[in-house]
Amino acid sequence: MTPMQKLLQLPVNAMNMVKTAQDQMGQQDEAKSPVMTPDGGNHNWYNGEPNDPRHIRFGSGGGDQEERAHLEEGGGSLSSLVTQPLRHDDLKEMLDSNKDSLKLEAMKRIVAMIARGKNASDLFPAVVKNVACKNIEVKKLVYVYLVRYAEEQQDLALLSISTFQRGLKDPNQLIRASALRVLSSIRVTIIVPIMMLAIKEAASDMSPYVRKTAAHAIPKLYSLDPEQKDCLIEVIEKLLADKTTLVAGSVVMAFEEVCPERIDLIHKNYRKLCNLLIDVEEWGQVVIINMLTRYARTQFLNPNMNESLLEEGGGENAFYGTDNDDDTEDEEDEEKEKKKTEATAIVKRKPYVMDPDHRLLLRNTKPLLQSRNAAVVMAVAQLYFHLAPKAEVGVIAKALVRLMRSHSEVQYVVLQNVATMSIKRRGMFEPYLKSFYIRSTDPTQIKVLKLEVLTNLANETNISTILREFQTYIKSNDKDFVAATIQAIGRCATNIGEVRDTCLNGLVQLLSNRDELVVAESVVVIKKLLQMQPEQHSDIIKHMAKLTDNIQVPMARASILWLIGEYCEHVPKIAPDVLRKMAKTFTNEEDIVKLQIINLAAKLYLTNSKQTKLLTQYVLNLAKYDQNYDIRDRARFIRQLIVPTDKSGALSKYAKKLFLALKPAPILESPFKDRDHFQLGSLSHLLNAKAGGYQVLPDWPEAAPDPSVRNVEVKESVRAVETVTARDRGPLGAPQNPRGARGALL
Amino acid sequence: MIHSLFLVNSSGDIFLEKHWKSVVSRSVCDYFFEAQERASEPENVPPVIPTPHHYLISVLRHSIYFVAVIQSEVPPLFVIEFLHRVVDTFQDYFGVCTEAAIKDNVVVVYELLEEMLDNGFPLATESNILKELIKPPTILRTVVNTITGSTNVGEQLPTGQLSVVPWRRTGVKYTNNEAYFDVVEEIDAIIDKSGSTITAEIQGVIDACVKLTGMPDLTLSFMNPRLLDDVSFHPCVRFKRWEAERILSFIPPDGNFRLLSYHVSSQNLHPLRSTSLVAIPVYVKHNITFREGSSQGRFELTLGPKQTMGKGVEAVLVSSQLPRGVLNTNLNPTQGTYTFDPVTKLLSWDVGKINPQKLPSLKGSMSLQAGASKPDENPTINIQFKIQQSALSGLKVNRLDMYGEKYKPFKGIKYMTKAGKFQVRT
Repeated sequence: MTPMQKLLQLPVNAMNMVKTAQDQMGQQDEAKSPVMTPDGGNHNWYNGEPNDPRHIRFGSGGGDQEERAHLEEGGGSLSSLVTQPLRHDDLKEMLDSNKDSLKLEAMKRIVAMIARGKNASDLFPAVVKNVACKNIEVKKLVYVYLVRYAEEQQDLALLSISTFQRGLKDPNQLIRASALRVLSSIRVTIIVPIMMLAIKEAASDMSPYVRKTAAHAIPKLYSLDPEQKDCLIEVIEKLLADKTTLVAGSVVMAFEEVCPERIDLIHKNYRKLCNLLIDVEEWGQVVIINMLTRYARTQFLNPNMNESLLEEGGGENAFYGTDNDDDTEDEEDEEKEKKKTEATAIVKRKPYVMDPDHRLLLRNTKPLLQSRNAAVVMAVAQLYFHLAPKAEVGVIAKALVRLMRSHSEVQYVVLQNVATMSIKRRGMFEPYLKSFYIRSTDPTQIKVLKLEVLTNLANETNISTILREFQTYIKSNDKDFVAATIQAIGRCATNIGEVRDTCLNGLVQLLSNRDELVVAESVVVIKKLLQMQPEQHSDIIKHMAKLTDNIQVPMARASILWLIGEYCEHVPKIAPDVLRKMAKTFTNEEDIVKLQIINLAAKLYLTNSKQTKLLTQYVLNLAKYDQNYDIRDRARFIRQLIVPTDKSGALSKYAKKLFLALKPAPILESPFKDRDHFQLGSLSHLLNAKAGGYQVLPDWPEAAPDPSVRNVEVKESVRAVETVTARDRGPLGAPQNPRGARGALL
Repeated sequence: MIHSLFLVNSSGDIFLEKHWKSVVSRSVCDYFFEAQERASEPENVPPVIPTPHHYLISVLRHSIYFVAVIQSEVPPLFVIEFLHRVVDTFQDYFGVCTEAAIKDNVVVVYELLEEMLDNGFPLATESNILKELIKPPTILRTVVNTITGSTNVGEQLPTGQLSVVPWRRTGVKYTNNEAYFDVVEEIDAIIDKSGSTITAEIQGVIDACVKLTGMPDLTLSFMNPRLLDDVSFHPCVRFKRWEAERILSFIPPDGNFRLLSYHVSSQNLHPLRSTSLVAIPVYVKHNITFREGSSQGRFELTLGPKQTMGKGVEAVLVSSQLPRGVLNTNLNPTQGTYTFDPVTKLLSWDVGKINPQKLPSLKGSMSLQAGASKPDENPTINIQFKIQQSALSGLKVNRLDMYGEKYKPFKGIKYMTKAGKFQVRT
């Protein structure tokens, strides 16, 4: 089994297979083990043993799961059944009985089977008969069953359709809604026309709850039959005009799944959506905010237009400088800040006037930063990041930092987004620097992300504090984290000239660390730093040359060799000796090290051929017969280039220039740089790769499209909101409309 | 949005699956298991895992992984927040959210999941709406149901679903009308070697238990609302009123709920001042040393109260991850008991109450691996404690008023401070 395990690369399933196989030997009833075969064919697996005798012998523990689930619900009646090795017959019998309690019992057991991933499809005919059962719990469980298996048993599923059609006409709105829900959830292509009809009808139902269900049904039908798109868009258009908060979130969801490109459908509903937003349920809010972000990007002008021009011309410092100022103001006094920044904003960019609808969106989303739902806060944060004038973006920092106290998964996602934001808008998070300090109890993935943010936030003023923090981190037990810290120090050193020497000294001290990983990581980082000013640091290069005797990590060895080769003129005595040692161990080195040995040999040959000619030839000969073709290739190429022969081409004259050209120092960049071309908060942003169904965030238009498209002829919705508001201005915040006070008048 | 959900226990068994669209084979979880194997610690499994055809988004709670399968773009936080909401709902229904509880109540779990998502999009997540649709299991109800044949499932659309206050059902009746509020603050801090505070912040919540008849409209005001400049609210709180008057005005949900959470840190109030405004209630004197070449290390720890506003510090628990090189410890506590696990190297000392007259201390020696070099890092000390009857930030409720109903409710408020992530570096 072990080689197979490897072959399949499915460790856990393979393990389970072992278990299953063992069971097989013990008893014949293994088929009911809930474990699936790795090839994904659980249905065949179960169907292959239709006469399995053991499906209700719960708790007998044949598989690796305990089937305790049932003992409790059944109470006494179940225990007598448990011992009888029956087939599904008894369940069928129970389902056929007149007693609702027996039916319920049977359905509960069947649902439990489904929950455990067992196949209960052979019960389909018996279950479907009960679709019209009076008992509502039985009915609900039958629905659960239907939705799960209808796709596999399409013909039989049709038997249930008439019941749902009747249900659609029921006076009880809950029944109408659930009938539509199930009807649209059973994925049977034949009933597409019936579904379409039902959705159309439900979209004009009296009850907003049924209309909401209709909105939910739209994407279901669309995924079943994309041909219906045009008809569905009509329904979406109709539901978008709905004025209840209950429907808004669901219909925008449908819009996003069916026709996200039809941005024109939003125009007339834009203001209404903005005004309803605060009263929509949380999940709907997320969807609406994300959609409106995209909408705003197509309809309004870039509020930072002038600054983006400045940015291109001016240096980084000036740009961050202004940002800083604005942000400190934010913290000092929020009330004043708004007026002030708005005022300055107007002064600063005279030609730009924000569309009032753009302002409406920003104003109506801002209170949602106070939501208890992290997804809503993130949605508003990304909206502000992508749409707000630079001076106003600061407000989101506090809310995002607050989310960091939440569950670690939330932290993980928030930190990823903060990392991206902190590159573009460093000033925003600077006041919260300490909130990103790392605790020894943080999971490593959180530590690394916090480190990323800290590095992005580092500047001349706070670098000494940050470096002091880093010193604590380097002593951590968590070696992956230590490696990441060393990288971070390297990045701080490249970005901030003043501390380069301090950092370098610190890293050199780490070279004598006992942990090899730490040393290796330091070597790699030092190499990058030295490239910036090699002249002053020949002693460090010497120190590193000594390390080649001990350090084994290939990347570190390669880095040292490259350094010595590159700066062999600074260490003329040591370099040939290093080459001598390396020639001795050449055959045992890793490929990247071998390449660097060849490199070193070539460079030394060019600068100091007297001492190293023979050594170089030896190394090249070894390389010529190496197993790796890259290395053979390199050897051949280098020999032609550096050893002058009659045949050697024009290039060999320039060999020295080629090898010892002045190379630009590497720029250590954040992996989060430029990630903001993905909409923040999205899955695609997190993975830094486009996920299926991702809607690209468009660039701002050059000229604003006609704003009058958003005008609504009959301003009914606006007026409705206004009347609510008027009522709410009462002394007690209007108990008769409790949410209005929260929502309206923003 | 959310395609399927798999629940995975700590030994890697999938013990529940639920699909909201077409069935996704459970073999998709293999990618999750692979990531799990790569991760050194359970909490290091990445919350988002891309696979060739799906994305797996998972949360870990009560040592159960809730793995959601996603097929296309969706904000990851949306899914994560929803999964946490699912866990909270289970906890609310079954008291605990363990594998056993979920298995025992598998039918209710399934009914709940069915109501919470429709086609993968959240439908009803508000606890009181769910409770009207599916009644939580109790022993009494199970008995009654078996005798009378009634069900756990509501037949009418929950009133909340359509009302403007979806979080409250209509027709609530109590004989004793009570409203209790708990102000609980947790202090997070990092204290450095020398005892100075590197960062300190307070994370506070006001949890409420409101059992009031009818449709009461409450207002809660504070003595010092200025402290609350970074807050998040339950949806019932009228935001406008808060902005204008700094008064919490709301129609409460029925039962237990979190009214608001807030965050107080020195940074929020004074971005440029580095001194901390957050009082640190305990101090630690420590002397943990390892000498090069010696197989013994010294360990000394003394705790004392600092700024506690005259209240006693209770339920003190000290824990520390000692370096790998430590084989065993030989320590003497002046009070309480200590344990050291030689495998995980976790030292924990249950101190109990701090007596300011006689400070608790833990002294002794650690034996180290012979010949091994001295550990790089000195251990970090994590401290837990509780202070009753006081909120560290000084937040005080001024008064609670009720409008809209005639009766006189019984009102109560309680304050408590706890240590959150309180770490002392040595």
